[in-house]
Amino acid sequence: MQSTYIYLLIMAGVSYIIRVLPMTLIRKPIQNKFFQSFLYYVPYVTLAVMTFPAIIEATQSPVSGLLALILGIAAAWFGADLFKTALLCCAAVLAAEWFLL
Amino acid sequence: MNYTKETYSLTTKTNLTALRNGFHDGIPIGLGYFAVSFSLGIAAKNAGLTPFQGFLASLLCNASAGEYAGFTLIAAGASYLEIAIVTLITNARYLLMSCAMSQRLSPKMPGYHRPLMAFHITDELFGIAVARPGYLNPYYSYGAVLIASPCWALGTALGAIAGNLLPLRLVSACSVALYGMFLAVIIPAARQSKVIAGLILLCFLTSFGASYLPVVSEASSGTRTIILTLVLSSAAAILFPKETKEEEES
Repeated sequence: MQSTYIYLLIMAGVSYIIRVLPMTLIRKPIQNKFFQSFLYYVPYVTLAVMTFPAIIEATQSPVSGLLALILGIAAAWFGADLFKTALLCCAAVLAAEWFLL
Repeated sequence: MNYTKETYSLTTKTNLTALRNGFHDGIPIGLGYFAVSFSLGIAAKNAGLTPFQGFLASLLCNASAGEYAGFTLIAAGASYLEIAIVTLITNARYLLMSCAMSQRLSPKMPGYHRPLMAFHITDELFGIAVARPGYLNPYYSYGAVLIASPCWALGTALGAIAGNLLPLRLVSACSVALYGMFLAVIIPAARQSKVIAGLILLCFLTSFGASYLPVVSEASSGTRTIILTLVLSSAAAILFPKETKEEEES
């Protein structure tokens, strides 16, 4: 019989090792041009991949998710910060689903 | 700015401001976390975990897909090795993020900040940290963690306790907070660079394709994310190598 606490300890240990090794072991700037460019693009690609289509699947109706996506892009384009963009997206979904559902 | 020993002490005004800014930017993350972890808590309860165990898992693992996969395995009575491997796979993208962050740290930053900053690398906290120009300020990250982490852990515990009490409408609205933040990180960069704008569009299209195409869509979303990230970032790096180092100053 496995113990739940040992399960959790293993999950926590593995999760931390993955995060801590690169940060602590890579002390010097990477010189390789390919790898440098690769790491430069990683954040944008990861976040973009995770945003769509997840945003239209997260809401009760895909239409409200799509509305949040469009308004969020517009707000961020015109300089709204993290907090304002996020809040606008939430408000858009709340308002849209008020009428839709 | 000159980097001295004091640069990294909390007694300086810059770092207090960074801590406050991090906290401020962490609020929408916390909101989104709360909604997501609430449903994670329901999964924890279904796997036979107590609210405290759910709380502990979220406090220590800081991973949505990874925790969810873990809970499913716990429920199935999997072996310790299995749970270790699945945790490794579902969280592999954090390895990449950690590599990327290592390139944005000042060589003068005291070493103890590295293991501390690494503890809470998540999609969202990574996103807002790297969106800021220049070297990363650890205090900005700590500020964001200070609000986001309790929301994540408490949300899980509450989800395990209260199940389906929160109105669906609110859960639905809160759940897009995360994506709103992602947009706030990537869109300003797209406005400045046509390459990034095109890349983001391509990401949307391929990600959409990957989640609906047969075979590919059977992979978990964590796996799809890491494969698409590897492929698309490599392609962009080959076709549009980054010209010069821009992060020298600031």
